[in-house]
Amino acid sequence: MFLIKCPFCGERDHSEFSYGGEAHLVRPKQPTELSDDQWAEYLFMRKNIKGLQYERWNHLHGCRRWFNMARDTSNDKIHSVYKIGEKPSK
Amino acid sequence: MKKKYSIFALIKNSLSYHENWQKAWRNPEPKSKYDAVIIGGGGHGLASAYYLAKEHNFKNIAVLEKGWIGGGNTGRNTTIIRSNYLWDASAGLYDHALKIWENLSQELNYNVMFSQRGVMNLAHNQHDVRELKRRTHANRLNGIDCEWLNVEQVKKFCPIINCSPNIRYPVMGSTLQRRAGTARHDAVAWGYARGADAMGVDIIQNCEVKGIKRNGDSVEGIETTKGFIRTKKIGVVAAGHSSVIANMAGIRLPLESKPLQALVSEPIKPIIDTVVMSNAVHAYVSQSDKGELVIGAGTDAYISYTQKGTHEIIEGTLKAILELYPIFSRLRMLRQWGGVVDICPDASPLISKTSIKGLYFNCGWGTGGFKATPGSGHLFAHTIAKDEPHALNASFNINRFVSGDLVDEHGAAAVAH
Repeated sequence: MFLIKCPFCGERDHSEFSYGGEAHLVRPKQPTELSDDQWAEYLFMRKNIKGLQYERWNHLHGCRRWFNMARDTSNDKIHSVYKIGEKPSK
Repeated sequence: MKKKYSIFALIKNSLSYHENWQKAWRNPEPKSKYDAVIIGGGGHGLASAYYLAKEHNFKNIAVLEKGWIGGGNTGRNTTIIRSNYLWDASAGLYDHALKIWENLSQELNYNVMFSQRGVMNLAHNQHDVRELKRRTHANRLNGIDCEWLNVEQVKKFCPIINCSPNIRYPVMGSTLQRRAGTARHDAVAWGYARGADAMGVDIIQNCEVKGIKRNGDSVEGIETTKGFIRTKKIGVVAAGHSSVIANMAGIRLPLESKPLQALVSEPIKPIIDTVVMSNAVHAYVSQSDKGELVIGAGTDAYISYTQKGTHEIIEGTLKAILELYPIFSRLRMLRQWGGVVDICPDASPLISKTSIKGLYFNCGWGTGGFKATPGSGHLFAHTIAKDEPHALNASFNINRFVSGDLVDEHGAAAVAH
């Protein structure tokens, strides 16, 4: 259980948000040119990191906007929150 | 030589106040080299080592466990055993396990308290009814016992279920697998550990894996907190931490690790003599031999390795429990816990070779691995020993995510994720 600071609305309980998986996965520009291996790599394979993870969240029961978050998955501590398109602060 | 457990051993040891029982397993230091090493000393890992030694004559093997054996998800689940899965591949896999369960206490000379008390899966809407009836037929075609109960039969089989048509999610019927049931989770780990140890398997606790050493496309050994161990075959059975080990070896897996919660109530007199699961409202309950109600909740939606889980998951589950069983409304809950489960996108496991020679993974059991423990170990041992899958786990390879030949068991997995 933790609080998330939505970049648009401020701090709210995490139950207002929905999780959108690993961030910064770029959809291949031309999927038809990929081999099955490359497509599987994009579609299914995940880092599933224990530690600092960059991930997407949606403020579903709030402003309904997407944003990125850096969270430590080993203790659920949130390191930073940043907007879509931005790079994570180090 | 292990002494057999029996009524005579019990009487004999009672004369010395039970202070002279032989240790169930040794506590050895790791050797510098093994023929095969299993990473993870839970039920699946210990079973894998047991069958490697017993059926494939691997005597020089070790099981590495970072904590204590059975201290992870083996000791954190709701102990439900069933095989009523939809697809042929899963039916083969889970029923293989169920058949081993039926004789496991005798085989291990260890009482795993396997109790075939039946498992019900409730339907709460028209879609559930269709889906569960379809699954009943699919099970029967695969030779798995399964029957459909209408509402009156549900009421008769488990009288404490609220079958009123006026509740928010009324009960519209149920499947029943009579061969299904529960077992004592700790005993499964301890029984396999004792059996493996008797055949010379080194079970090394408090030994954390720090790295996998590769030589090009094959494995050379394992860096651990107790030093380097040389081996040509590594079987990873690390449940929620499978991706952590995979990252050490430089490969990626189609897994996400999430906390799955369960809780138990204070002990009460016998009130429910079966296992009742409900997919739609997400609650399942059985009663342990100590009298506690064992209640299973769901997973959190996000990746986390915290072994905690959030409160609203439990709240949602208990709301459903109270509506289905109003008689439980005054019960107090004794404790709650979470386990980190590794979930595949198709809710089916991986028992598979990898692109690295000598590296094998048995993972992705997600929210329902306990039931498969003996079968999983048996098939994984075969895969490691022969370097090719058994016919029963051939479908559960990593390559299915490339070929698209998925085994979608989201319906039968019964825990929403």
